[in-house]
Amino acid sequence: MIYQGKQKIWSEYQKEIPDDHWYYVRSCIRQNFFPASERMFTEITRNVLGKDIYETPSHTTCGGIAYHCDTIPQETVMTIVARQFALMTEAGYENYVASCITSFGNYAEILETWHEFPELETKIRELLWKACKKEFKKPKYLAHSSDLIYKFRGEIAAKGRFRLVDKETGEPLRIVEHIGCHYAKMFPHKGVGGAEYPCVLSGMIEAWGGQVIDYPERRHCCGYGFRQYHVQANRGYSLSNTHKKFESMEPYHPDAIITNCPGCPYFLDRWQYVIAEQTGKTYGRDGFGIPVFTYEELAGLVLGYDPWDLGLQLHQVAVEPFLDKIGIEYDPSAKYKGLDKKDILRPGLPQNLKCF
Amino acid sequence: MGKLYDELAKDYRLKEGLKTCINCGTCTAICPAAEFYKYDPRKIVDTVQRKDDAEIEALLKSDTIWYCGECMSCMTRCPRKNGAGLVIMALRNLSARLGYFTYSEKGRQLYPLTKIMTGNILKYGYCVYPETFKMEDHPEAGPVWEWHTQHLRDNMERLGANYQGKGPGILRKIPQESLDELKAIFDVTGGTERIETVEKYSRAKADEMGMSMDEYTTYTFKHCSEGHFNNED
Ligand code: SF4
Ligand code: SF4
Repeated sequence: MIYQGKQKIWSEYQKEIPDDHWYYVRSCIRQNFFPASERMFTEITRNVLGKDIYETPSHTTCGGIAYHCDTIPQETVMTIVARQFALMTEAGYENYVASCITSFGNYAEILETWHEFPELETKIRELLWKACKKEFKKPKYLAHSSDLIYKFRGEIAAKGRFRLVDKETGEPLRIVEHIGCHYAKMFPHKGVGGAEYPCVLSGMIEAWGGQVIDYPERRHCCGYGFRQYHVQANRGYSLSNTHKKFESMEPYHPDAIITNCPGCPYFLDRWQYVIAEQTGKTYGRDGFGIPVFTYEELAGLVLGYDPWDLGLQLHQVAVEPFLDKIGIEYDPSAKYKGLDKKDILRPGLPQNLKCF
Repeated sequence: MGKLYDELAKDYRLKEGLKTCINCGTCTAICPAAEFYKYDPRKIVDTVQRKDDAEIEALLKSDTIWYCGECMSCMTRCPRKNGAGLVIMALRNLSARLGYFTYSEKGRQLYPLTKIMTGNILKYGYCVYPETFKMEDHPEAGPVWEWHTQHLRDNMERLGANYQGKGPGILRKIPQESLDELKAIFDVTGGTERIETVEKYSRAKADEMGMSMDEYTTYTFKHCSEGHFNNED
């Protein structure tokens, strides 16, 4: 298609996302902290939308977090990724979807670097052959799992039971989005809307009836910083950056935050708990925090899944005030139950942050 | 070995991340690390582009290069398409190879980090894994996480994970052949050599500091001296 004028300018911010047949790779962080979000991704794409999403048990970490903690050389991470591509090739796929922003950024960086320095790609092919006797084709399309939810946001809204609307007032709920740095800050053309107009999450909010809330530090890092979180001595960095974002969004009274990245929802959730316990300050109403959701969790709520099937009980910030605003039904006594309502006790309560 | 700059120049992250820096300071203005730490990516990029080996050696031995969070926010904004974060990655890589990381407090953290990350990858196939993400190291994870880890199998089953199970799925057991392939990749790409290098220099430093390796691991993981932050002397 030939674009002209404003259409041409906007075309630079579009991203082609194929409709079907994806090779899926999981996220280390999300499998640990938001396991039900990954389950919802396959549930929505396969069972609600009828898409072909293939996964092999043989795929592993992409090595991205170890790489950004500077613990493995570039050749090592590149060869781990080359092996992932080889598994995709063996399975007969060419569309590659990653469930993690660090991974997505890692894949994007590696493909760009190979494009610019083909001799490095040749070297990595040799190393992969030496280590694993494997060969690979590069993915034709690289997507982040939120790209797919974004692409099908309209279908999700059409099939949805709920909208992101206050059931009392009929007003749209006020939602803040957090994109995650490695989605489009390194290679803007790889993300929907680029680094300037990232609409991967705001598109979902609008399609599902909510209102996108802007605030000054909207694009500031959540503060993960890899070594700045994984080493205990450095966590002040991580906490300080999250604190800065909350101080900046507080005057705009968001009802919820939707996140793209695997780490961001964890940090934005847990550091609210730490800030409340250390200083007594809470950012939601009446001593609650601002609930933080992954895009699959929010999609799942819109589609009418049980909040506890979505894993919302693993959040430290209580989600109930948000569910009540929309009018989503839930059974408070089932929140902390195991499979088949097995009693597995319940968490202790924080001192300051109000929870159920 | 050639001059330090020549070594750095072989790193693809430097090739990608350093064209010509005009010293505008845009990277520093947007940098989340510069806001809290005594850290100025503009100065680092400028030091490297001056190719002065004595200054580069001082950088490689300093806390400064370990303050960056590798968020890459600087890459988006640099008017000359540099990536200060990529330059930092090349510096850290060289500091690790030469053992210079043991000269600074933040650099010495590379030892516990390497143990955690590469240990998880080679043993389980994941960067982060429930068995090694312990509550005592992560008090910020909160009472919900404490409860979750006490009932890990129940919660994982409840939420549809395939924890340590066969076949695909969330936190599945990664097949032994795949773990063997990861190990072979580490062996042929310098990953194993890197672990051994970091271990060798860290052992020597622990000796010098009069600590056992266990004491050194805990100390480097937990200890933060005064003076790193902008609001400290
Ligand atoms: S933004 Fe780019 S040109 Fe400006 S000081 Fe930083 S690296 Fe140099
Ligand atoms: S990558 Fe490092 S230098 Fe660049 S903005 Fe992030 S913390 Fe600052």
